[in-house]
Amino acid sequence: MSLAKRIIPCLDVRAGRVVKGVRFRDHKDMGDILELAQRYRDQGADELVFYDISASPEGRTLDMDWVGRVARNLDIPFCVAGGIRSLDNARKILAAGADKISVNSPALEDPQLIDRLVAEFGSQCIVAGIDSIEVDGNWQVKQYTGDPDKTRDSRRATLDWVREVCDRGAGEIVLNCMSFDGVRRGYDIRQLQAVRAVAPCPLIASGGAGKVQHFTDVFNQADVDGALAASIFHSGELPVPVLKSALAEAAIEVRI
Amino acid sequence: MQVAIIDSGGANIGSVRYALERLGVDSVLTRDWPVIQRAARVILPGVGAAAVAMARLRDADLARRIGTLQQPVLGICLGMQLLFDSSDEGGTPIPMLGIIPGKISAITRGTDARGATLRVPHMGWNTLEPEQPDPIMDALGQPPWMYFVHGYAAPISAHTLASVDYGQRYSALVRKDNFYGAQFHPERSAGDGARLLDNFIKLTRAKE
Repeated sequence: MSLAKRIIPCLDVRAGRVVKGVRFRDHKDMGDILELAQRYRDQGADELVFYDISASPEGRTLDMDWVGRVARNLDIPFCVAGGIRSLDNARKILAAGADKISVNSPALEDPQLIDRLVAEFGSQCIVAGIDSIEVDGNWQVKQYTGDPDKTRDSRRATLDWVREVCDRGAGEIVLNCMSFDGVRRGYDIRQLQAVRAVAPCPLIASGGAGKVQHFTDVFNQADVDGALAASIFHSGELPVPVLKSALAEAAIEVRI
Repeated sequence: MQVAIIDSGGANIGSVRYALERLGVDSVLTRDWPVIQRAARVILPGVGAAAVAMARLRDADLARRIGTLQQPVLGICLGMQLLFDSSDEGGTPIPMLGIIPGKISAITRGTDARGATLRVPHMGWNTLEPEQPDPIMDALGQPPWMYFVHGYAAPISAHTLASVDYGQRYSALVRKDNFYGAQFHPERSAGDGARLLDNFIKLTRAKE
Protein backbone atom coordinates (compact mmCIF):
# COMPACT_ATOMS: atom_id res chain seq x y z
CA MET A 1 0.00 0.00 0.00
CA SER A 2 1.06 3.57 -0.40
CA LEU A 3 -0.32 7.04 0.03
CA ALA A 4 -3.91 7.19 -1.21
CA LYS A 5 -5.17 9.72 -3.72
CA ARG A 6 -7.60 11.99 -1.91
CA ILE A 7 -11.21 12.71 -2.84
CA ILE A 8 -12.17 16.10 -1.47
CA PRO A 9 -15.69 17.51 -1.59
CA CYS A 10 -15.57 21.28 -1.49
CA LEU A 11 -18.24 23.21 0.32
CA ASP A 12 -18.55 26.86 -0.61
CA VAL A 13 -19.94 28.65 2.40
CA ARG A 14 -21.86 31.90 2.40
CA ALA A 15 -23.65 33.31 5.42
CA GLY A 16 -23.31 29.99 7.22
CA ARG A 17 -24.88 27.87 4.41
CA VAL A 18 -23.34 25.74 1.69
CA VAL A 19 -23.82 27.26 -1.77
CA LYS A 20 -22.60 26.48 -5.26
CA GLY A 21 -22.21 28.60 -8.37
CA VAL A 22 -21.32 28.02 -11.99
CA ARG A 23 -18.05 29.61 -13.10
CA PHE A 24 -18.04 31.37 -9.70
CA ARG A 25 -21.49 33.03 -10.35
CA ASP A 26 -25.20 32.52 -9.60
CA HIS A 27 -24.95 30.71 -6.28
CA LYS A 28 -27.66 28.25 -5.21
CA ASP A 29 -28.30 27.03 -1.66
CA MET A 30 -27.07 23.44 -1.22
CA GLY A 31 -27.82 22.89 2.47
CA ASP A 32 -26.61 23.03 6.06
CA ILE A 33 -22.84 22.91 6.66
CA LEU A 34 -22.81 20.24 9.33
CA GLU A 35 -25.34 18.02 7.57
CA LEU A 36 -23.36 18.01 4.34
CA ALA A 37 -20.04 17.58 6.18
CA GLN A 38 -21.30 14.52 8.02
CA ARG A 39 -22.85 13.06 4.89
CA TYR A 40 -19.51 13.24 3.09
CA ARG A 41 -17.66 11.84 6.05
CA ASP A 42 -20.01 8.86 6.17
CA GLN A 43 -19.56 8.33 2.43
CA GLY A 44 -15.79 8.04 2.87
CA ALA A 45 -14.59 11.46 1.71
CA ASP A 46 -10.91 11.81 2.60
CA GLU A 47 -10.98 15.47 3.49
CA LEU A 48 -13.26 18.48 3.21
CA VAL A 49 -12.55 22.03 2.15
CA PHE A 50 -14.77 24.89 3.27
CA TYR A 51 -14.45 28.09 1.28
CA ASP A 52 -16.10 31.10 2.86
CA ILE A 53 -16.64 32.79 -0.48
CA SER A 54 -18.15 35.96 0.94
CA ALA A 55 -15.16 36.70 3.19
CA SER A 56 -12.42 38.21 1.06
CA PRO A 57 -14.32 40.59 -1.21
CA GLU A 58 -16.15 42.08 1.74
CA GLY A 59 -12.89 42.64 3.59
CA ARG A 60 -13.94 40.67 6.64
CA THR A 61 -12.94 37.30 8.02
CA LEU A 62 -15.26 34.37 8.23
CA ASP A 63 -17.50 33.89 11.19
CA MET A 64 -16.08 31.22 13.45
CA ASP A 65 -19.06 29.43 14.94
CA TRP A 66 -19.40 26.75 12.32
CA VAL A 67 -15.66 25.89 12.33
CA GLY A 68 -15.93 24.64 15.90
CA ARG A 69 -19.15 22.78 15.18
CA VAL A 70 -17.58 21.01 12.22
CA ALA A 71 -14.41 20.16 14.19
CA ARG A 72 -16.44 18.71 17.03
CA ASN A 73 -18.41 16.39 14.77
CA LEU A 74 -15.98 15.50 12.01
CA ASP A 75 -13.23 12.88 12.32
CA ILE A 76 -11.55 13.48 8.98
CA PRO A 77 -9.30 16.45 8.19
CA PHE A 78 -10.74 19.70 6.95
CA CYS A 79 -9.37 22.93 5.59
CA VAL A 80 -10.88 26.37 5.98
CA ALA A 81 -10.40 29.19 3.49
CA GLY A 82 -11.75 32.69 3.26
CA GLY A 83 -10.28 36.07 4.08
CA ILE A 84 -7.61 34.80 6.47
CA ARG A 85 -5.24 37.75 6.57
CA SER A 86 -3.44 37.66 9.91
CA LEU A 87 -1.73 35.25 12.27
CA ASP A 88 -4.46 35.99 14.74
CA ASN A 89 -7.26 34.93 12.31
CA ALA A 90 -5.32 31.80 11.47
CA ARG A 91 -4.69 30.94 15.10
CA LYS A 92 -8.38 31.21 15.95
CA ILE A 93 -9.43 28.94 13.10
CA LEU A 94 -6.78 26.33 13.87
CA ALA A 95 -7.60 26.50 17.58
CA ALA A 96 -11.28 25.99 16.72
CA GLY A 97 -10.21 22.65 15.26
CA ALA A 98 -9.48 23.19 11.56
CA ASP A 99 -6.54 21.12 10.34
CA LYS A 100 -5.40 23.48 7.62
CA ILE A 101 -6.06 26.97 6.48
CA SER A 102 -5.95 28.05 2.88
CA VAL A 103 -4.95 31.54 1.84
CA ASN A 104 -5.76 32.99 -1.53
CA SER A 105 -6.55 36.70 -2.12
CA PRO A 106 -4.80 37.94 1.07
CA ALA A 107 -1.59 36.17 0.02
CA LEU A 108 -1.73 37.98 -3.30
CA GLU A 109 -2.05 41.29 -1.44
CA ASP A 110 0.79 40.39 0.91
CA PRO A 111 2.87 37.37 -0.16
CA GLN A 112 4.89 37.44 3.08
CA LEU A 113 1.72 36.40 4.88
CA ILE A 114 2.60 32.85 3.76
CA ASP A 115 6.08 33.04 5.34
CA ARG A 116 4.62 34.32 8.59
CA LEU A 117 1.94 31.63 8.73
CA VAL A 118 4.45 28.90 7.93
CA ALA A 119 6.89 30.13 10.59
CA GLU A 120 4.14 30.19 13.19
CA PHE A 121 2.12 27.06 12.40
CA GLY A 122 4.30 24.96 10.08
CA SER A 123 4.02 24.18 6.37
CA GLN A 124 1.72 21.23 6.96
CA CYS A 125 -1.29 23.38 7.74
CA ILE A 126 -0.77 26.21 5.26
CA VAL A 127 -2.42 25.71 1.88
CA ALA A 128 -2.14 28.14 -1.02
CA GLY A 129 -5.42 28.41 -2.92
CA ILE A 130 -4.89 29.68 -6.45
CA ASP A 131 -7.66 30.73 -8.84
CA SER A 132 -6.21 30.56 -12.31
CA ILE A 133 -7.65 31.38 -15.71
CA GLU A 134 -6.26 31.21 -19.24
CA VAL A 135 -5.92 34.64 -20.87
CA ASP A 136 -4.51 34.84 -24.40
CA GLY A 137 -2.74 31.52 -24.00
CA ASN A 138 -1.23 32.39 -20.60
CA TRP A 139 -2.38 31.23 -17.19
CA GLN A 140 -3.10 34.16 -14.92
CA VAL A 141 -4.01 34.33 -11.24
CA LYS A 142 -7.34 35.94 -10.35
CA GLN A 143 -8.11 37.70 -7.09
CA TYR A 144 -11.34 38.16 -5.06
CA THR A 145 -13.12 35.47 -7.03
CA GLY A 146 -15.88 35.08 -4.44
CA ASP A 147 -17.75 38.05 -5.90
CA PRO A 148 -17.85 38.55 -9.71
CA ASP A 149 -18.09 42.35 -9.32
CA LYS A 150 -14.87 42.48 -7.32
CA THR A 151 -12.89 39.77 -9.13
CA ARG A 152 -9.77 41.16 -10.70
CA ASP A 153 -6.58 40.13 -12.41
CA SER A 154 -3.73 39.83 -9.92
CA ARG A 155 -1.19 40.54 -12.72
CA ARG A 156 0.65 37.37 -11.81
CA ALA A 157 1.46 34.44 -14.04
CA THR A 158 0.16 31.24 -12.43
CA LEU A 159 3.37 29.22 -12.70
CA ASP A 160 5.44 32.05 -11.20
CA TRP A 161 3.01 32.34 -8.32
CA VAL A 162 3.10 28.55 -7.74
CA ARG A 163 6.90 28.66 -7.52
CA GLU A 164 6.73 31.63 -5.17
CA VAL A 165 4.21 30.13 -2.73
CA CYS A 166 6.24 26.90 -2.63
CA ASP A 167 9.44 28.85 -1.92
CA ARG A 168 7.62 30.65 0.86
CA GLY A 169 6.80 27.29 2.41
CA ALA A 170 3.17 26.53 1.52
CA GLY A 171 2.56 22.84 2.30
CA GLU A 172 -0.08 22.25 -0.36
CA ILE A 173 -1.58 23.90 -3.42
CA VAL A 174 -5.21 23.84 -4.48
CA LEU A 175 -5.42 24.94 -8.09
CA ASN A 176 -8.87 26.13 -9.12
CA CYS A 177 -8.98 26.19 -12.90
CA MET A 178 -11.65 28.85 -13.31
CA SER A 179 -12.60 28.33 -16.95
CA PHE A 180 -13.34 24.71 -16.08
CA ASP A 181 -15.23 25.37 -12.81
CA GLY A 182 -18.78 24.07 -12.50
CA VAL A 183 -19.08 23.09 -16.16
CA ARG A 184 -18.23 19.41 -15.66
CA ARG A 185 -16.15 18.84 -18.77
CA GLY A 186 -13.15 17.50 -16.90
CA TYR A 187 -10.20 18.94 -15.06
CA ASP A 188 -7.73 21.21 -16.83
CA ILE A 189 -5.13 18.47 -17.30
CA ARG A 190 -2.72 20.61 -19.32
CA GLN A 191 -2.57 23.35 -16.70
CA LEU A 192 -2.35 20.87 -13.81
CA GLN A 193 0.53 19.07 -15.53
CA ALA A 194 2.35 22.39 -15.88
CA VAL A 195 1.79 23.24 -12.23
CA ARG A 196 2.71 19.70 -11.14
CA ALA A 197 6.05 20.11 -12.86
CA VAL A 198 6.99 23.15 -10.75
CA ALA A 199 5.32 22.29 -7.41
CA PRO A 200 7.29 20.07 -4.99
CA CYS A 201 4.41 19.93 -2.47
CA PRO A 202 1.05 18.11 -2.71
CA LEU A 203 -1.22 19.45 -5.46
CA ILE A 204 -5.00 19.30 -5.43
CA ALA A 205 -6.96 19.67 -8.69
CA SER A 206 -10.11 21.76 -8.61
CA GLY A 207 -12.69 22.72 -11.21
CA GLY A 208 -14.41 20.67 -13.88
CA ALA A 209 -15.24 17.25 -12.47
CA GLY A 210 -18.33 15.79 -14.14
CA LYS A 211 -17.86 12.03 -14.24
CA VAL A 212 -15.62 9.21 -13.04
CA GLN A 213 -13.40 9.39 -16.10
CA HIS A 214 -12.39 12.95 -15.20
CA PHE A 215 -10.98 11.73 -11.90
CA THR A 216 -9.06 8.82 -13.40
CA ASP A 217 -7.68 11.18 -16.04
CA VAL A 218 -6.50 13.79 -13.57
CA PHE A 219 -4.81 11.21 -11.32
CA ASN A 220 -3.22 9.27 -14.17
CA GLN A 221 -2.25 12.18 -16.39
CA ALA A 222 -1.50 15.09 -14.06
CA ASP A 223 -0.26 13.04 -11.06
CA VAL A 224 -2.17 15.23 -8.60
CA ASP A 225 -2.45 14.15 -4.96
CA GLY A 226 -6.12 14.85 -4.61
CA ALA A 227 -9.15 15.90 -6.60
CA LEU A 228 -11.64 18.41 -5.31
CA ALA A 229 -15.18 18.72 -6.58
CA ALA A 230 -18.48 20.22 -5.53
CA SER A 231 -21.48 20.12 -7.88
CA ILE A 232 -21.13 16.49 -8.83
CA PHE A 233 -21.12 15.47 -5.17
CA HIS A 234 -23.72 17.95 -3.91
CA SER A 235 -26.22 16.93 -6.58
CA GLY A 236 -25.87 13.28 -5.56
CA GLU A 237 -25.00 12.41 -9.13
CA LEU A 238 -21.71 10.74 -8.25
CA PRO A 239 -21.65 9.42 -4.69
CA VAL A 240 -18.15 9.24 -3.20
CA PRO A 241 -18.26 5.42 -2.65
CA VAL A 242 -19.18 4.83 -6.31
CA LEU A 243 -16.32 7.07 -7.40
CA LYS A 244 -13.85 5.37 -5.09
CA SER A 245 -14.75 1.85 -6.22
CA ALA A 246 -14.32 2.94 -9.83
CA LEU A 247 -10.92 4.46 -9.05
CA ALA A 248 -9.81 1.31 -7.22
CA GLU A 249 -10.86 -0.72 -10.25
CA ALA A 250 -8.72 1.58 -12.39
CA ALA A 251 -5.74 0.68 -10.13
CA ILE A 252 -5.65 4.10 -8.46
CA GLU A 253 -4.86 3.82 -4.76
CA VAL A 254 -7.80 5.06 -2.69
CA ARG A 255 -8.91 4.61 0.90
CA ILE A 256 -11.88 2.27 0.98
CA MET B 1 -11.38 8.63 33.86
CA GLN B 2 -9.64 11.85 33.01
CA VAL B 3 -7.15 12.40 30.22
CA ALA B 4 -4.63 15.19 30.49
CA ILE B 5 -3.74 16.78 27.17
CA ILE B 6 -0.42 18.54 27.57
CA ASP B 7 -0.70 22.05 26.18
CA SER B 8 2.29 22.01 23.84
CA GLY B 9 0.95 24.96 21.89
CA GLY B 10 0.24 22.90 18.77
CA ALA B 11 -2.65 23.55 16.48
CA ASN B 12 -4.28 20.10 16.75
CA ILE B 13 -5.21 20.40 20.40
CA GLY B 14 -8.85 21.24 19.64
CA SER B 15 -9.21 18.20 17.38
CA VAL B 16 -7.74 15.86 19.99
CA ARG B 17 -10.15 17.12 22.64
CA TYR B 18 -13.12 16.67 20.31
CA ALA B 19 -12.01 13.15 19.39
CA LEU B 20 -11.97 12.19 23.08
CA GLU B 21 -15.33 13.88 23.55
CA ARG B 22 -16.77 11.71 20.75
CA LEU B 23 -15.53 8.66 22.69
CA GLY B 24 -17.25 9.99 25.81
CA VAL B 25 -13.94 10.69 27.56
CA ASP B 26 -13.28 13.79 29.68
CA SER B 27 -10.09 15.67 29.04
CA VAL B 28 -8.30 18.67 30.43
CA LEU B 29 -5.83 20.83 28.55
CA THR B 30 -2.99 21.66 30.89
CA ARG B 31 0.66 22.47 31.56
CA ASP B 32 0.23 21.95 35.29
CA TRP B 33 2.44 19.07 36.46
CA PRO B 34 0.26 17.84 39.35
CA VAL B 35 -2.75 17.64 36.99
CA ILE B 36 -0.71 15.72 34.42
CA GLN B 37 0.72 13.39 37.04
CA ARG B 38 -2.72 12.54 38.44
CA ALA B 39 -4.41 11.89 35.07
CA ALA B 40 -5.30 8.33 34.11
CA ARG B 41 -3.94 8.90 30.60
CA VAL B 42 -1.72 11.59 29.14
CA ILE B 43 -1.69 12.79 25.54
CA LEU B 44 1.12 14.90 24.13
CA PRO B 45 -0.19 16.45 20.92
CA GLY B 46 1.84 18.66 18.68
CA VAL B 47 1.86 20.27 15.30
CA GLY B 48 4.51 22.69 14.10
CA ALA B 49 8.17 23.14 14.92
CA ALA B 50 10.08 20.80 17.29
CA ALA B 51 12.26 23.56 18.76
CA VAL B 52 9.24 25.71 19.62
CA ALA B 53 7.41 22.80 21.25
CA MET B 54 10.49 21.79 23.28
CA ALA B 55 10.96 25.37 24.46
CA ARG B 56 7.36 25.40 25.58
CA LEU B 57 7.74 22.16 27.54
CA ARG B 58 10.93 23.49 29.16
CA ASP B 59 9.27 26.78 30.08
CA ALA B 60 6.51 24.86 31.86
CA ASP B 61 9.19 22.72 33.55
CA LEU B 62 7.76 19.60 31.92
CA ALA B 63 10.63 18.50 29.67
CA ARG B 64 12.50 16.59 32.37
CA ARG B 65 9.33 15.30 34.05
CA ILE B 66 7.31 13.72 31.24
CA GLY B 67 9.66 10.72 31.13
CA THR B 68 8.83 9.90 34.75
CA LEU B 69 5.11 9.36 34.06
CA GLN B 70 3.83 5.86 34.89
CA GLN B 71 0.39 5.90 33.22
CA PRO B 72 -0.08 5.29 29.48
CA VAL B 73 1.16 8.30 27.51
CA LEU B 74 0.44 8.89 23.81
CA GLY B 75 2.41 11.35 21.70
CA ILE B 76 0.68 12.39 18.50
CA CYS B 77 2.52 13.59 15.36
CA LEU B 78 5.14 16.08 16.59
CA GLY B 79 4.22 14.86 20.08
CA MET B 80 5.46 11.40 19.07
CA GLN B 81 8.66 12.85 17.65
CA LEU B 82 9.29 14.76 20.89
CA LEU B 83 9.56 11.40 22.72
CA PHE B 84 12.76 10.61 20.80
CA ASP B 85 16.35 11.69 21.58
CA SER B 86 16.77 14.42 18.98
CA SER B 87 15.53 15.87 15.71
CA ASP B 88 17.38 17.16 12.66
CA GLU B 89 14.61 19.66 12.02
CA GLY B 90 16.08 22.98 10.90
CA GLY B 91 19.59 21.56 10.34
CA THR B 92 21.12 21.62 13.85
CA PRO B 93 20.14 18.65 16.04
CA ILE B 94 17.48 19.62 18.59
CA PRO B 95 17.66 17.71 21.88
CA MET B 96 14.25 16.31 22.79
CA LEU B 97 12.70 14.29 25.61
CA GLY B 98 14.93 11.23 25.16
CA ILE B 99 12.31 8.71 26.26
CA ILE B 100 12.53 6.55 23.12
CA PRO B 101 15.98 6.02 21.58
CA GLY B 102 16.48 7.37 18.07
CA LYS B 103 16.74 10.43 15.93
CA ILE B 104 14.08 12.17 13.85
CA SER B 105 15.20 13.06 10.31
CA ALA B 106 13.72 14.63 7.21
CA ILE B 107 11.70 12.34 4.95
CA THR B 108 13.91 11.26 2.05
CA ARG B 109 12.83 12.85 -1.20
CA GLY B 110 12.79 10.63 -4.26
CA THR B 111 10.29 8.41 -6.00
CA ASP B 112 7.85 5.73 -4.88
CA ALA B 113 7.60 2.15 -6.15
CA ARG B 114 5.68 3.34 -9.23
CA GLY B 115 8.24 6.02 -10.03
CA ALA B 116 6.06 8.96 -8.97
CA THR B 117 7.90 11.81 -7.25
CA LEU B 118 7.39 11.84 -3.49
CA ARG B 119 5.93 15.05 -2.23
CA VAL B 120 7.07 16.49 1.08
CA PRO B 121 5.29 16.80 3.47
CA HIS B 122 3.88 13.27 3.46
CA MET B 123 0.26 14.38 3.58
CA GLY B 124 -2.81 12.20 3.34
CA TRP B 125 -4.13 8.71 4.07
CA ASN B 126 -1.73 5.82 4.24
CA THR B 127 -1.88 2.32 5.70
CA LEU B 128 -0.28 0.94 8.84
CA GLU B 129 1.77 -2.19 8.49
CA PRO B 130 1.92 -3.93 11.86
CA GLU B 131 5.44 -4.94 12.93
CA GLN B 132 4.65 -6.23 16.45
CA PRO B 133 1.30 -7.07 18.03
CA ASP B 134 0.04 -4.64 20.63
CA PRO B 135 -3.37 -4.06 22.23
CA ILE B 136 -3.39 -0.48 20.93
CA MET B 137 -3.93 -1.94 17.43
CA ASP B 138 -6.78 -4.26 18.38
CA ALA B 139 -9.66 -4.53 15.91
CA LEU B 140 -8.36 -2.01 13.38
CA GLY B 141 -9.47 -2.24 9.74
CA GLN B 142 -7.67 -4.44 7.23
CA PRO B 143 -5.64 -2.55 6.33
CA PRO B 144 -5.89 0.29 8.87
CA TRP B 145 -5.98 3.66 7.12
CA MET B 146 -4.59 6.64 9.00
CA TYR B 147 -4.15 10.31 8.17
CA PHE B 148 -0.53 11.51 8.07
CA VAL B 149 0.92 15.03 7.80
CA HIS B 150 4.65 15.29 8.41
CA GLY B 151 7.94 16.28 6.81
CA TYR B 152 10.15 14.54 9.38
CA ALA B 153 10.00 10.94 10.52
CA ALA B 154 11.36 8.33 12.92
CA PRO B 155 13.30 5.34 11.57
CA ILE B 156 12.25 1.74 12.10
CA SER B 157 13.61 0.35 15.36
CA ALA B 158 12.94 -2.24 18.04
CA HIS B 159 10.29 0.16 19.33
CA THR B 160 8.29 0.23 16.09
CA LEU B 161 4.81 -1.28 16.48
CA ALA B 162 3.67 -0.38 12.96
CA SER B 163 5.37 1.11 9.94
CA VAL B 164 4.23 3.25 7.02
CA ASP B 165 5.56 3.10 3.48
CA TYR B 166 6.44 6.40 1.83
CA GLY B 167 9.35 5.77 -0.51
CA GLN B 168 10.87 3.89 2.37
CA ARG B 169 9.47 2.57 5.63
CA TYR B 170 9.21 4.79 8.66
CA SER B 171 7.86 4.30 12.17
CA ALA B 172 4.14 5.06 12.23
CA LEU B 173 3.41 3.77 15.73
CA VAL B 174 6.00 3.25 18.44
CA ARG B 175 6.07 2.08 22.02
CA LYS B 176 8.54 1.96 24.85
CA ASP B 177 7.05 0.75 28.14
CA ASN B 178 4.06 3.00 28.89
CA PHE B 179 5.00 5.55 26.20
CA TYR B 180 3.25 5.30 22.85
CA GLY B 181 3.72 7.54 19.85
CA ALA B 182 1.62 7.87 16.69
CA GLN B 183 3.10 9.72 13.73
CA PHE B 184 -0.38 9.94 12.18
CA HIS B 185 -3.39 11.81 13.55
CA PRO B 186 -5.81 9.33 15.14
CA GLU B 187 -8.12 12.27 15.92
CA ARG B 188 -8.54 12.80 12.17
CA SER B 189 -8.37 9.20 10.96
CA ALA B 190 -12.08 8.36 10.92
CA GLY B 191 -13.06 4.92 12.30
CA ASP B 192 -9.58 3.40 12.59
CA GLY B 193 -8.27 6.48 14.40
CA ALA B 194 -11.16 6.50 16.85
CA ARG B 195 -10.61 2.79 17.51
CA LEU B 196 -6.92 3.32 18.23
CA LEU B 197 -7.67 6.15 20.66
CA ASP B 198 -10.31 4.02 22.33
CA ASN B 199 -7.79 1.17 22.64
CA PHE B 200 -5.33 3.60 24.23
CA ILE B 201 -7.95 4.71 26.74
CA LYS B 202 -8.79 1.09 27.56
CA LEU B 203 -5.21 -0.21 27.96
CA THR B 204 -5.09 -2.25 31.12
CA ARG B 205 -1.42 -2.73 31.75
CA ALA B 206 0.59 0.44 31.77
CA LYS B 207 3.90 -1.31 32.25
CA GLU B 208 5.07 -4.79 31.42
